[in-house]
Amino acid sequence: MLYQLFVTFFKIGCFTIGGGYAMVPVIQREIVENKKWISEDEFLDAIALTNSLPGPLATNTATYVGYRMAGIPGAITGVVATALPSFLIILAIAVFFTTIKDSAVVQNIFRGIRPAVVSLIIFAVIKLAKSIGLKSKNLLISLATLLGMTFLNIHPIAAVIVSGILGFFFFREEVAK
Amino acid sequence: MNNILWKIFFSFLKIGAFSFGGGYAVVSMIQKDIILDKGWISPEEFIDIVAIAEMTPGPIAVNSSTYLGYKLGGIWGSVLGTIGVVLVPTILALIVSIYFNKFKHLDWVKWVLKGIRPAVLGIIAAACFTIGKVSFVDIKSIIIGVLIFLGVYKLKISPILAIVISGGLGLILYGFPI
Repeated sequence: MLYQLFVTFFKIGCFTIGGGYAMVPVIQREIVENKKWISEDEFLDAIALTNSLPGPLATNTATYVGYRMAGIPGAITGVVATALPSFLIILAIAVFFTTIKDSAVVQNIFRGIRPAVVSLIIFAVIKLAKSIGLKSKNLLISLATLLGMTFLNIHPIAAVIVSGILGFFFFREEVAK
Repeated sequence: MNNILWKIFFSFLKIGAFSFGGGYAVVSMIQKDIILDKGWISPEEFIDIVAIAEMTPGPIAVNSSTYLGYKLGGIWGSVLGTIGVVLVPTILALIVSIYFNKFKHLDWVKWVLKGIRPAVLGIIAAACFTIGKVSFVDIKSIIIGVLIFLGVYKLKISPILAIVISGGLGLILYGFPI
């Protein structure tokens, strides 16, 4: 079982480019449709729950599925197998990239890529804003975090803690309804 | 274990523990913690790492911690950076998996998370400003940024394709020096 978990999550780790939600359909196909390890409903519940935790969605999901299949050793196997391909690939690139990054051609390629990275992040912000909806309290928390980080040098971890406490008081009636 | 390896491990442990909202939130936290506060690498090099992380398989958080860890502390740095960033989330996910049915019904967790989600939005938006400052350096870079934004927003091209195209545009606009 541990071997099977390892192979499956290693495969998932190899083929999920782009991170986050790009991984969900890949994991679903492998775990629910091919292996039939857990049901569709349970998978969706697990995604919803592990997605609300900190950390990468892929390793969190691997923790859940690994635990369900083979207990704590299964969970550890799942996480290691998911992270291993990207770890090895990045390590190879890191070794290689540091030797070529000062060449003029590579420099110019990355001068083009840098603004594109910003555009991708702006696009992610817009998508996220649409999905959570920016009404009164949400907008207030988002803006306060943005301004606090940009102008007052507030640490993002402080923003997470404060907004969690605010959420506890702001949203207790709303969710209860 | 020497000093820098401990520092790498604890920095990424801290970042991982609060990395709600996935990839780009981690990018913003690394930006703040490791680039602005500690000055371990230059902002330009960090953006290049994000681009590489985007194009290669695996979670962006894992990719960037592996790369940064290597850059700062060699092979052991990359091992500790990667373990650091996933350790707390994995322990939390394990606890949630064990008590899955209890956690499904905890209301106060939902309230807290509802507050954190818009903050994550602000955290990621803040990264746009700081990263934008070193990325948009001249009119050519602004043109590339606008074109790529239209590409992902209107034409729905994938992030990988967007980065490949922008690299090509970089060569065209800034020249191909031999």
